[in-house]
Amino acid sequence: MTSKIAPVILILLTFFYLGLFLVLPLAAIFVEAFRKGFAVYLNSFNDEYAWSAIRLTLLTAGIAVPLNVIFGVVAAWCITKFEFWGKNILITLIDLPFAVSPVIAGLVFVLIFGRQTFFGEWLLAHNIKIIFATPGLVLATIFVTFPFVVRELIPLMQEQGVLEEEAAVMLGAGGWDIFWRVTFPNIKWGLLYGVILCNARAMGEFGAVSVVSGHIRGETNTIPLYIQTVYDGYAAGASAFAMATLLAALALITLIIKSIIEWKEKRRER
Amino acid sequence: MRNPKQHNVLPGFGLTFGFTTAYISLLVLIPLSLLMVRAASLTWAEFIKTVASPQVVASYKLTMGASFLAAVINAIFGFIVAWSLVRYKFPCRRLIDAIVDLPFAMPTAVSGIALTAICAKNGWVGSVASIAGIKIAYTQLGVLVALTFIGLPFVVRTLQPALEDIDKELEEAAESLGATKFQTFTRVILPSLMPSLATGFTLAFARAIGEYGSVVFISGNLAYKTEITPLLIVAKLEAFDYAGATAISVVLLFMSFILMFIINSLQFYGRKFK
Amino acid sequence: MSVEVRNITKKFGSFVALENINLTAPDGDLVALLGPSGSGKTTLLRIIAGLESFESVSGADILFRGVSVVGDRLSERRVGFVFQHYALFRRHTVYGNIAFGLKVRRGKERLSSRAIRERVMKLIHLVQLDGLELRYPDQLSGGQRQRVALARALAIEPQFLLLDEPFGALDSRVRQNLRRWLRRMHDEIKLTSIFVTHDQEEALELADRIVVMNKGRVEQEGTPTEVFHNPKNEFVMDFLGNVNLFHGRIESGRVFLEQSGIIANVDDRKRFFVRPHEIELVPDNIDNAGLPAKIKRVQLAGAIVKVELTSIENNEIFVEMSHEKYAVHKFQNGDSVFVVPKNSIVFPEDYSI
Repeated sequence: MTSKIAPVILILLTFFYLGLFLVLPLAAIFVEAFRKGFAVYLNSFNDEYAWSAIRLTLLTAGIAVPLNVIFGVVAAWCITKFEFWGKNILITLIDLPFAVSPVIAGLVFVLIFGRQTFFGEWLLAHNIKIIFATPGLVLATIFVTFPFVVRELIPLMQEQGVLEEEAAVMLGAGGWDIFWRVTFPNIKWGLLYGVILCNARAMGEFGAVSVVSGHIRGETNTIPLYIQTVYDGYAAGASAFAMATLLAALALITLIIKSIIEWKEKRRER
Repeated sequence: MRNPKQHNVLPGFGLTFGFTTAYISLLVLIPLSLLMVRAASLTWAEFIKTVASPQVVASYKLTMGASFLAAVINAIFGFIVAWSLVRYKFPCRRLIDAIVDLPFAMPTAVSGIALTAICAKNGWVGSVASIAGIKIAYTQLGVLVALTFIGLPFVVRTLQPALEDIDKELEEAAESLGATKFQTFTRVILPSLMPSLATGFTLAFARAIGEYGSVVFISGNLAYKTEITPLLIVAKLEAFDYAGATAISVVLLFMSFILMFIINSLQFYGRKFK
Repeated sequence: MSVEVRNITKKFGSFVALENINLTAPDGDLVALLGPSGSGKTTLLRIIAGLESFESVSGADILFRGVSVVGDRLSERRVGFVFQHYALFRRHTVYGNIAFGLKVRRGKERLSSRAIRERVMKLIHLVQLDGLELRYPDQLSGGQRQRVALARALAIEPQFLLLDEPFGALDSRVRQNLRRWLRRMHDEIKLTSIFVTHDQEEALELADRIVVMNKGRVEQEGTPTEVFHNPKNEFVMDFLGNVNLFHGRIESGRVFLEQSGIIANVDDRKRFFVRPHEIELVPDNIDNAGLPAKIKRVQLAGAIVKVELTSIENNEIFVEMSHEKYAVHKFQNGDSVFVVPKNSIVFPEDYSI
């Protein structure tokens, strides 16, 4: 008796909880964006500040993501293929950005490069702008997003072990061949997932970039910062949501790619 | 009896180790230690005056309290979601499974304005709640909603693999020995899930403590009432009070590190008793 | 001498995995490293391959055709290695796996893609996988994967072939077939090979020489006949087949087995090791040489008859005989008989089983 009712209740609770917390907010973004009609929605993008925010976001992610991908692959190779003293410390350090509030991530760069420090003054004297400029945004973004790729790769590469690589060594392959011909084909889907997740976070990061940006319209506003500026402004809710639809679409694409990858992996296992 | 940890034949250790440590040092270790150095340059009195001021203490209470409550809600409902996804087959199961990660993929600012929109007085949820006389947006309840949203995937995603790993034979053995379904659940299943559940709970808790983007929109940022600690750091920075921002950051970091230590211990415990 | 191992010691922390190992694999021979799990045989094989380091004590060396290879890069050693679970590249086809070692060659050694194709197809034919070259490893049976691993190792034209538990992951029928196939192939290509196994039957059937290992040491090295019929110690005797242990004494060239009630002088007390097929069962105690025992179980199914007995001291005794021999007395469960060892081996009493 109970065994028949319990699943129904639990499944309904699942639908209720996820519907309330995930589906409703997601739907709200699109409803709010199109509330005043399609023309108003399109008109939201007819704004040079909007376009400069999009360009800046693409630029920031375009620098931060490749760097973190290279780091992720190199660090995962080091951690999973070798045994060395201090490995756990290294893993903990890699996880650190997950534990640090994004606001603090921004703050540390302000403290290093900001005007109030000796180094900051030197930079100012040489007319190098880092804080309240693009380099600061890139640094903060790298900090916040760098664990994603390596975190995705470590469990995968650990599970795959080193036997295939050892076999490649015995067959005379060098490091380059081992990586591209043996390791890479084995990790490419996990790597792809790490990349898109890292990218989603890089494009959507708010707290850390908010601290280092200075919110200069047209110069240091990324899409999320632009959304905030517009949202806090007068009666421009719809255009904030219109920009938000871009990032929401990015999030949905990220989830879709993730599901496809998982589906592919499951099918391979069978 | 060969030691599987001996992989001295693969190339690239020096290069990859050097690059990894350099990257981490430059990006994480040095900046974070600079924060500590800066904090250390404050006098004790200055430090205490900042971190123990009533407004800041109120923000700790809100941040910790709401984060804890959000983690509790996520632990309960996350368990239900993970259980349903692993144990039952129902329509849209794959879709539901995919959407759980939405808070990971969704930018926090977008989540923030979306949650505010539905929780505001005229929003879908807010209007229903206001009939019952409950205000969500711009109250502490709003903070709780935002923190619940961003912590939602953690418990589900840590529990799912653990639930899948549970040996069906173990349950069948318990039932063949005469245990009821309820006994099997509380004595066999629940204990083996505890490390994962605790890990997911702590991860959600830790994430919520540092959260900024999704909360600032919905909280309304009223001093003593709906100001979270990360917001105070930003406020101090905008007032060019670097010392104050540093001091509060150190306290917040300390809380996060304690939680991170707990997570690592739990994972170690979980591995050890697998 | 083709492969020579000198004074190799290997420690993992304080655990001594290998202790001063010396052995040689003559040119063209198929050598088995035989021992229980934990005896260090796989570690030794990996050290020969160069996959594992060893303690640099004086005299420690590994020589291929008389030349030390310690310090050589692995790619220069040209050793074919077949891993226990094959370690096939799962994202490469059968063809891709076998061609791998040829495709990663650089410089002068590089072959044209036509030459590579020719050699790979020849190997595929040699290991009888024709038509499967485009399959992926997870679409192959265990025995097929085994042969891909072998072909892959042979593709680089290795000086030697090393195989780690080559049949360990296969079920018994496939194992039997592959064993014979491997022996035939070895006879054809005459490549010096060393393989690791814990299965004494496999070693006896397949190898030209057997190196028996235990607890990181070499217990005995020799031809299968030598190690089976002239084991150096109790361990080797026990590991290479079933064995019965009797106590007794030798008096004027005759063996007297100890029976309950007869207490032999402790100094004269000897331990006799007798293989099951070297025991005769008789109904009467002629000559007083037999030991009384009771038949517990007779197993008639199989090529030989296996009989289990218990002595008066309640020790178990195993006896094997041909069906013809069994037909003489046709013993049944519960019959009282006498056990007469026909051939026994006595070791100094410093070992115990």
